Amino acid sequence: MSALRILVPVKRVIDYAVKPRVNKAQTGVETAGVKHSMNPFDELSVEESVRIREGKKTPVEDICVISAGPTKAQDVLRTAMAMGADRAIHVETKEGEDLEPLGVAKLLKAATEQNKSNLVILGKQSIDDDAGQTGQMLAGLLGWAQATQASKIEFTGGDSVQVTREVDGGVETLKAKLPMVITTDLRLNEPRYASLPNIMKAKKKPLEKKTLADYGITAEKRLKTIKVTEPPPRQGGGKVEDVDGLVSKLKELGAL
Amino acid sequence: MALPPPNPVLRRQVIQLYKELLHMGKEYPQGYDYFRPRLHRAFMSKSGLRDEGEIKQAIATAQFVQKELQALYYLKKYRTLKKQYYEVGEPQAAFGGVSSGLR
Repeated sequence: MSALRILVPVKRVIDYAVKPRVNKAQTGVETAGVKHSMNPFDELSVEESVRIREGKKTPVEDICVISAGPTKAQDVLRTAMAMGADRAIHVETKEGEDLEPLGVAKLLKAATEQNKSNLVILGKQSIDDDAGQTGQMLAGLLGWAQATQASKIEFTGGDSVQVTREVDGGVETLKAKLPMVITTDLRLNEPRYASLPNIMKAKKKPLEKKTLADYGITAEKRLKTIKVTEPPPRQGGGKVEDVDGLVSKLKELGAL
Repeated sequence: MALPPPNPVLRRQVIQLYKELLHMGKEYPQGYDYFRPRLHRAFMSKSGLRDEGEIKQAIATAQFVQKELQALYYLKKYRTLKKQYYEVGEPQAAFGGVSSGLR
């Protein structure tokens, strides 16, 4: 059986604990001066790759993390390496030059071919755009098998991988042969904490810098964002005087 | 100081732990400004220890706290995401959309 070469794409997003604010121009959310961190679903995929290696059932030759974004995206790559990835590729884009899911999928296709990866583990979606498209598009472009929203990944000998997914009212088990694309669900594992000593050690791991042009990609947009607005504020409840008031109110609302 | 100098090996270990905990405190839900003085106080209260057994016990306590913090951070993240992405059927999530959860 061939050793695994895992590619783990990660994204730097606004931290999950921060409440995003729409900018004044209503073109997007405010990102300047806001705390950023690794997309939580990507943490799951980094953790899973490291666990596949630590499980020792399947030889893992290489765990490479890749991120496209501004210079600060290197922080999340360092975090991923502190969690156990071997090396990182940073595809630098200019501030405000965001890629759409299709662009990311094309970039990842090129990166997958260049790194000779045979397994790509992605987060099922990013918590900023919530598009949830990249993994599927990548599998389509590569012509590989895909298992989305995995809650369990097992290697069943040879090149076959068994993936369990949570579906309505039960679980679904899929089996496919490498090479393949897997996207992670929240319950796949518990990502480890990137401790300070490990972050220090990760600084010695190789980080390769690339540009979009190196992969023959442009950041041209197919979609135009017309307007971004905050959701309407929650309507407060009303007080009723007595039982009669309550009954008449309920009748008014058609609940009785 | 009248106290004898502490065991250098343990001393280094304690300082290392303090640094690691400080780093973790940056993500503390109530903020770094809440965390830092409390951490400092907790370490200072043990600064008089000279017995190796007692110091080792204090180190074990600190390592326990470190693990608890990691668990706290993980659970907080897990619960927030679960609320935002997996509990659509609940009235709160259905009305308020995704962003009204824990905030």
